[in-house]
Amino acid sequence: MDKRKLARFISQWGSFTVLMLVLLAAPLFLSDFRLIQLGKFLTFAIIALGLDLIWGYGGMLSLGQGLFFGLGAYGFAMYLKLQASGGKLPDFMFWSGLKELPWFWVPFQSPVFALAAALLVPGILAGILGYFVFRSRVKGVYFSIITQALTLLTSIWFVGQQAYTGGTNGITNLGSAQIFGHSLQSPPVQRGFYLATVVALAGVYLLCRWLTGARFGRLLVALRDNEERVRFLGYDPVRLKVVVFVLSAMIAALAGILFVPQVGIISPSSMGVVPSIEMVVWVAVGGRGTLLGAVVGALLVSYGRSYFSESYPDIWQIFLGALFIGSVLLFPQGIVGNLAAFSRRVKGLLSRRPSPAGGEAGSEPLIQVTATHAEGRS
Amino acid sequence: MDALILQAFNGISLGSILLLVSLGLAFAFGLMNVINMAHGEFIMVGAYVAYVFQLLLAPAMGGVEAGLWFLAAIPAAFLVAALLGGLMETTLVRHLYGRPLDTLLATWGVGLILQQAARSIFGAPNVNVVSPAWLNGGADIGAGFLLSYKRIFIIGLVLLVVAAMYLYLYRTSQGRRLRAVMQNREMASCLGVRSRWVDVTTFALGTGLAGVAGCALTLIGPIGPSLGTFYIVDAFMVVVLGGVGSLPGTILAATAIGVTNTVLELGTTATVGKVLVLLAIIIFLQWKPSGLAALQTR
Repeated sequence: MDKRKLARFISQWGSFTVLMLVLLAAPLFLSDFRLIQLGKFLTFAIIALGLDLIWGYGGMLSLGQGLFFGLGAYGFAMYLKLQASGGKLPDFMFWSGLKELPWFWVPFQSPVFALAAALLVPGILAGILGYFVFRSRVKGVYFSIITQALTLLTSIWFVGQQAYTGGTNGITNLGSAQIFGHSLQSPPVQRGFYLATVVALAGVYLLCRWLTGARFGRLLVALRDNEERVRFLGYDPVRLKVVVFVLSAMIAALAGILFVPQVGIISPSSMGVVPSIEMVVWVAVGGRGTLLGAVVGALLVSYGRSYFSESYPDIWQIFLGALFIGSVLLFPQGIVGNLAAFSRRVKGLLSRRPSPAGGEAGSEPLIQVTATHAEGRS
Repeated sequence: MDALILQAFNGISLGSILLLVSLGLAFAFGLMNVINMAHGEFIMVGAYVAYVFQLLLAPAMGGVEAGLWFLAAIPAAFLVAALLGGLMETTLVRHLYGRPLDTLLATWGVGLILQQAARSIFGAPNVNVVSPAWLNGGADIGAGFLLSYKRIFIIGLVLLVVAAMYLYLYRTSQGRRLRAVMQNREMASCLGVRSRWVDVTTFALGTGLAGVAGCALTLIGPIGPSLGTFYIVDAFMVVVLGGVGSLPGTILAATAIGVTNTVLELGTTATVGKVLVLLAIIIFLQWKPSGLAALQTR
């Protein structure tokens, strides 16, 4: 009996526990440089979890995650920048000819306000956009296109507002900011942010796992597979969709908040269209509809990216493109999805029983052509 | 007032390019539920075809100034982009029918590869294509405002293409098959329409039109590997606003977006103008969710 319980625990929580232990122990055996790199990739894994929630489970491909990530990052970077410039006007504003701090920068002197704004502004934006978009029953690729357009516009806009956002360079030189009396770049502070990232990743993972296991998650999958049916069952798809969109936006913003102190810069180039689509690749490669897949995909692709782009900067683009095509054509379920399907088949063979068909979300064909899909928007 | 007329004129020429670009997108989406994110790269292909023609063929065809090479580049750009598009349909897109979001991802990958290829072949910096001499200058409309011949030429070119598209769609048997497959694929197949062939030719036609648009764009400014990315989002907005698979809807939406974009730029900056257009589209969708003119029978 005990043995069975243990086996169940291992199959359900084993990989997560091992991953967390390794991540918590990482500061002991990684150099400072590698630790910062890992911390950065872990923030990407957090974004991937949020995206998996809305896309892998909900079937809504948001191409705006980079935007929400960027807004969160800018929010916290504003606080750090004000800290770093020590009460004086931030350098880029001075260069752009501003005489005093713009009014909307003033409250960012408070860390509490900065954190709250960094989380809430993306959430509210997603809420408003989601409400209008979902209410008019815009779905599928239309939703993707609108979120992509918003991302494109905002990143261009941030480039244009040189005096208020630092323009193309973004908000830089955060290194001299003080946190608890230590410089931001000192190893203990960096380690602190790393650990905070690991904790945040674990928290977001647990939250997503709880949500997807609960009725909310089932409704989400039902929404993905047949929205009309959910509507006819008496649920309000608009409300569900808005909630999950806001949630995924705030998760991306949280990742942005953790990204800025570790990387020390946020610029429009990390929040535009291309990064937003790269985020989608992480989830696609790891496996849509499998939370662990999102984490694994984000880590693997980011490492591959940094390795390839350092050694062969030209080939990386082609490699990334091939990764898109390959993951869609050959591994539509992603690494974890395919592994799970494989292990189910092995188990099925061993116990000489037919494998349970579609026990988990990951084993289903992820984007189904339902009647509504084929008919387009009605 | 004259400034407004000039801006509206520029808007119409921008809208006409958007129209060329979005027709192909709208066909692919309306016909096959394929969202082609590599479409912008076919614009780039067309632009580089013009560049290559200028480098290689201009000396043999009466020099750069005479511009014969440019007239030859337009059909060539159509052919090259159409061939590439047909190749892409047969090798990649056909495996993804019924999975629109996956086509979005895979074709974005194709776009990345094409961009990098252009960067490796032609170099990352922008290049200039010299316009034919007879397109320099413009028509005076008084008060010192000029309607540039280049933009008039572009509008004329697009009018020509749209007329050809209209004839193709509504006056040829191939076009009739295309419309039949668009409206009801199963029924058309049952009646003996080779829907696979219709898919390939329509997709190629769409990417070919993007190639022509790229050729036209060389008249307006420098070209580079990321040329397509500037137009692709606008083109998608046209498709969203216009409603899927409707030629009049697409024409109306392209003109509306082009003109609103440039006119709104007058009082504000370019990006604020674009933001306002996006907002306007989202608000419009509240009122008419399926676009300006959705195909009723699907």
